[in-house]
Amino acid sequence: MSRQSVAKAHQKIQELSWEPQYHTPVSHYGTDYTFQKAQKKDPLKQVLRSYFPMQEEKDHRVYGAQDGAIRGNMFRQVQERWLEWQKLFLSIIPLPEISAARAMPLLFRTVPNPELHNGQAIQMIDEVRHSTIQQNLKRLYMNNYIDPAGFNSSLRNFQNDYCGTIGRQFAEGFITGDAITAASIYLTIVAETAFTNTLFVAMPAEAAANGDYLLPTVFHSVQSDESRHISNGYATLLMALSDESNHQLLERDLRYAWWNNHRVVDAAIGTFIEYGTKDRRKDRESYAEMWRRWIYDDYYRSYLVPLEKYGLVIPHDLIEEAWNQIWNKGYVHEVAQFFATGWLANYWRIDPMTDKDFEWFEYKYPGWYDRYGKWWENYNRLSKPNGHHPIVAENVDYVYPHRCWTCMVPCLVREDMVMDQVDGQWRTYCHEECRWTDAVAFRPTYQGRETPNMGQLIGKREWETLYHGWNWADVVSDMGYVRDDGKTMVAQPHLDLDDPKKLWTLDHLRRMPEVQSPNVLLNQMSDAERAAFVADYNRQGPAGRPAPAAS
Amino acid sequence: MTETQERSVPKPEFTDAEAGAKVFPDSNARSYNYFKPAKRKQTHYEDVTVEVQPDPRHYLAQGWLYGFADGRGGYPLDWTALKAWGSDRPEPERFPGSGGKGYEWPAHGWHEFRDPNEEWELTFYRYNSNVVRQVNQNVENARQAKAFEQWNPNWVNFVARNVGAWMHVDHGLGLYLYANAQRRAPTNMHNNAISVNSMHRIRAAQDLALYNLTLTEEVPGFDGSAHLETWNSDPAWQGVRAAAEQLTSIWDWAEAIFAGNVVFEPLVGELFRSHLVQQIAPRNGDFVTPTVVGVAEYDFAERDLRYTTAMFGLLTTDKEFADHNKSVINGWLAKHVPTAIDAGRKLQPLWSQTDAKPPRFEDSLDAAKSRFAGILNSLHLDVPKELSQ
Repeated sequence: MSRQSVAKAHQKIQELSWEPQYHTPVSHYGTDYTFQKAQKKDPLKQVLRSYFPMQEEKDHRVYGAQDGAIRGNMFRQVQERWLEWQKLFLSIIPLPEISAARAMPLLFRTVPNPELHNGQAIQMIDEVRHSTIQQNLKRLYMNNYIDPAGFNSSLRNFQNDYCGTIGRQFAEGFITGDAITAASIYLTIVAETAFTNTLFVAMPAEAAANGDYLLPTVFHSVQSDESRHISNGYATLLMALSDESNHQLLERDLRYAWWNNHRVVDAAIGTFIEYGTKDRRKDRESYAEMWRRWIYDDYYRSYLVPLEKYGLVIPHDLIEEAWNQIWNKGYVHEVAQFFATGWLANYWRIDPMTDKDFEWFEYKYPGWYDRYGKWWENYNRLSKPNGHHPIVAENVDYVYPHRCWTCMVPCLVREDMVMDQVDGQWRTYCHEECRWTDAVAFRPTYQGRETPNMGQLIGKREWETLYHGWNWADVVSDMGYVRDDGKTMVAQPHLDLDDPKKLWTLDHLRRMPEVQSPNVLLNQMSDAERAAFVADYNRQGPAGRPAPAAS
Repeated sequence: MTETQERSVPKPEFTDAEAGAKVFPDSNARSYNYFKPAKRKQTHYEDVTVEVQPDPRHYLAQGWLYGFADGRGGYPLDWTALKAWGSDRPEPERFPGSGGKGYEWPAHGWHEFRDPNEEWELTFYRYNSNVVRQVNQNVENARQAKAFEQWNPNWVNFVARNVGAWMHVDHGLGLYLYANAQRRAPTNMHNNAISVNSMHRIRAAQDLALYNLTLTEEVPGFDGSAHLETWNSDPAWQGVRAAAEQLTSIWDWAEAIFAGNVVFEPLVGELFRSHLVQQIAPRNGDFVTPTVVGVAEYDFAERDLRYTTAMFGLLTTDKEFADHNKSVINGWLAKHVPTAIDAGRKLQPLWSQTDAKPPRFEDSLDAAKSRFAGILNSLHLDVPKELSQ
């Protein structure tokens, strides 16, 4: 279709919508936002007559490249370190994608603008595309990469390992609670507009540097749809801003959504990019540099700040604090260290950092070695079974962290940990902002205002609690992280598959001390013990080091 | 001599990380192992669809993490009154030291459903691209051949008003019945099939709207806005409109899909498309409209109805809840069949609006009823007495 005919066609399809006369449409979802009916234009201006062939053409390119990769023996050149982390990433990502599809109807009745619904329906099917095309990529990795373990079990293991719930927020936050909070602010305004840049642009570039050009092929194809979804969110945001009574809720939701996305996405993608790569060229961008470009400059300065003049209260303090966490407080490094500490509770292999890695980290993050170098040397020393325990049960100057009740990433920047008694339970939070999210934002009143549609944080939010008092071998068996010989673990703290003696088995785990849930222990303490615990915890770190002895 | 600086690019490295390079535990475990396929071998469709939407009864050890204001998260089974075997089993309880194991796959009967069309993104875009290409080419060929000149004024008016009015049905149901329902079913297999159904309807609506635009440009006297007045106030269409609106007011997602695809489409959709437009158009010199309407008919008859009967067939033959489900569905039939019959009967004046006449209305309605009864029969459901209205 010519450009002119697309415009005419789009104008014509606006005639399709109609207002009901005989029955009231069902309204399944609620919001505390209010919208005046407004003739906001559909920003996508997408007509299915051109949309379907466009997507088909994109598919031709994706599947052609996949054929080419197999014929060209791509897997003889991919870095195992990289593909191992893809076992986690590609278990996580199809769920957020499909959840985004499921989120679209939350907006149908709550945003009274039929013209926007057209764009939302197209986003719905785009997201089905993303979810299935990503499942298919994982299938291809499973079939062609040397070690299929972890790919083959991904949708079981993602949902029960000790990292999985962290990633699952990125999906569940889209589909429940206040419809606008979930499907508009959390999903489109923050997750898609800000963080898909690092997810779908920065990370694929790193994949290519590690010999994997299929991840960029698939995810750039996905990202070309995301840019349209961003327009959906923007149109809804402008509608919300036009009603002043929404400003208080927008401020709340932007603070929650920004902070949660930072905690979750930066934890995962930062780790994949910094610790999943073998490309240690000094002039390749670090995650911090990518973040500064894609999120601070492109999202914060170019997208968010201009909205201030429409009355949007921008969480400047939290954006600066997220940067502070990444640059000064080592957030990504602390997360990577935690993921590696519990390698045995994962379903992928995490190899030790080498001298070349150390050199790069020190160059990009001056002071890195002093903080993390020794621990990674210990990780290397303890990576092959030789009469010792996995690193989590060895004395390597690392205090196993408490979980953050809200974002479920542990409280890794120890000085920031706060504790509160909420809903009758003592909970730890990685940062005051996460405490605020649980104790203040996700409540039926907010600053004296009734917010009856706001969602709740639910579930068993601390993985360790489920296994409190269990032997590690039983934990790993219960989760199903065992290979087909019935004893070798899926996870390994190295990449060496040559010698079976170097592979950890359930037998090695039987000798370990039991798993202890930090939260269970916290709730067993007296008030005085808890106060002492907080004081001690806040003096710990960096790199999980115990608090220095009181002088 | 110019000095060339070495460019900073990642260096390819031989890693030999391809399948089969080494033998070790799991080195040949190359299939998704968290579900049992419906047949002997896992299909590509199953691999990209099954278990993407998790279930607390399987592996979701820590349960749903975000809830609505009432504290419920995810995809509650009681968002429909229908039940599949195992629906009443409680979600596994979690507590300190409980472990994380759920029930053995599939835990309950909802997970047994597979879309017989095996739709995922690759098949979906191929199919729909072919459809829009086919429709475009047909309309363009007709335009170049000046085929519309053969239409008589009555037929021009009929297409403008009545064929045009149907675009509103497709659009309204596509968005507010089907797209809405794809948030609510308990498995990814259900919700993906429903979302594909939704896009069929939205595409069919746009097909008709853009066909209407072409006719407005090509056919002298074709009133491109007549469909609006017809849909808004023509008494012949108000039964269809009321029925469509009733469909979008249904709370229960399975009732909405059942009422849309098992009741409304055969009794109203096919009555209008197959037993009126497709029959009457050629007799009025129009070989183009049937090709546009026909693709929507094919969507329904060959794809959307096929997944629907597979979905409900499992429920009406369920090993634990077949009787319960039939009883619930009978209630739905008693509610929706009279509305659909009423909508069909109100369309009757259309059968006498054109120069060349279609089959008798009663014959058309009988054919639609017979088709409907056949679908019920395939679902092991009795024909409701309301059908005789």
